[in-house]
Amino acid sequence: MDGLDSRASGGRLDQRAREAWRIAAAVTDPEVPVLTIEDLGVLRDVRMEGQTTVVTLTPTYSGCPAIDQMRDDVLLALTVEGFRDVRVDFTLSPAWTTDWMSDAGKAKLEAYGIAPPTHRAGERQGPIPLSLGVKCPRCGSLRTREVSRFGSTACKSHFECLACLEPFDHFKVH
Amino acid sequence: MTPQPPARDAASVAAAHQADADAVHGDVSVDELELQSELSGADASATATPDVAAYALRLGDDALILSQRLGWWISRAPELEEDMALGNIALDLLGHARSLLHYAGTASGKTEDDLAYWRDEHEFRCAWLFQQPNGDFAHTIARGLIAAIWMQELYTALSRSTDASLAAIAAKSVKEVAYHRDHAVQWTLRLAGGTEESRRRLLVALTDTWPYTDELFRDDDLHDRLGDIAPRPSSLRAGFDEIWTAVLAEAEISEADFTNSKIGQSSGGGRHGHHSTHLGPLLAEMQVLARRHPGASW
Repeated sequence: MDGLDSRASGGRLDQRAREAWRIAAAVTDPEVPVLTIEDLGVLRDVRMEGQTTVVTLTPTYSGCPAIDQMRDDVLLALTVEGFRDVRVDFTLSPAWTTDWMSDAGKAKLEAYGIAPPTHRAGERQGPIPLSLGVKCPRCGSLRTREVSRFGSTACKSHFECLACLEPFDHFKVH
Repeated sequence: MTPQPPARDAASVAAAHQADADAVHGDVSVDELELQSELSGADASATATPDVAAYALRLGDDALILSQRLGWWISRAPELEEDMALGNIALDLLGHARSLLHYAGTASGKTEDDLAYWRDEHEFRCAWLFQQPNGDFAHTIARGLIAAIWMQELYTALSRSTDASLAAIAAKSVKEVAYHRDHAVQWTLRLAGGTEESRRRLLVALTDTWPYTDELFRDDDLHDRLGDIAPRPSSLRAGFDEIWTAVLAEAEISEADFTNSKIGQSSGGGRHGHHSTHLGPLLAEMQVLARRHPGASW
């Protein structure tokens, strides 16, 4: 991530920031507890400003209520590990995209029963967009049908599998 | 690439723990921390100029009022999937409203909640389209279609703003509005090509809603002053018309099906605080809890 790669090498601050990153990176999404905020790409930066640890998060969707919980969890996790002075900032830019989700995250999602994002987010153009097939996380069939573009949370749509007949959530390409 | 943090350095961690030996971890209370807890733009500390704040207030009010309208549908939509869809769209719009109102408030030292709950009707700056009642499902779809096509044009242009915060909010919002437009387009096609009754109702809804379109594209002196910070509303018209025409063609609806020369376009006035009779009752419901219990939180 830019925040860490751009650090001056060496220094105690650098080491402290890496340690803080490691701790913050373990915080999970309260709505998809199998994913960490690092897997999601929500954790954007960790840096030291003097004695203050500054963590930057980006919300998945503008109205995502999970972001407040993630902020609190990051603060708690770092405080418990001895970081006394912690600040969590939010950034909207660059806008979050599922392209940032790690492969490990996608594998964990699928094992959890949520179909991961299927392809890279592209420009959506034209009045009638086309969507690609989504694989059933349970039986692997591509014979699936989108029941609703909007699912249990802002970031998911709802599908059903026509092969095994199970309903499942799909993490929307965004 | 995600960095691979080094293996935990026991010595440095031990030193950190030693330094904090007097800390009582059991008493951590996040609520007591002074936080910049609201979503902000590209730069959490950015302060809007009065003109930029006035502009952000207009867009924030549009999103807030439409969000409040859509929230009514939860548990009342024609099917469960639509409860979720309209609820999710409302949630996205509320997120846009929070970002925009937070930014607008930086000019006057007000929070997003101050602006949402403690302004009176004449202080709101939303266009009349967003105040229109939900009507039947077709009315909600017609309103949503006009709103989403317009918002997508607007946020696409605004994402190139010379104001970093507005550009960040717009770039974030435009991706979500694309879904909203999709939803409205799919339902427009479905209602238009469904039964005689669904098509009849859609045409009634379009006829009732169309007069509130023009207000969205009117320039005024605020846009003159903003220059490259915000697109002129009139500049968004061509892009809107292109999509609108394509969708209606697909739905086999002609302009004569929903326009009435006797009605024309609404004079509006929302950008200057002159509102339809529909806004007051909406605000009464939206604001009652905050005003009845000032400072309450949960």
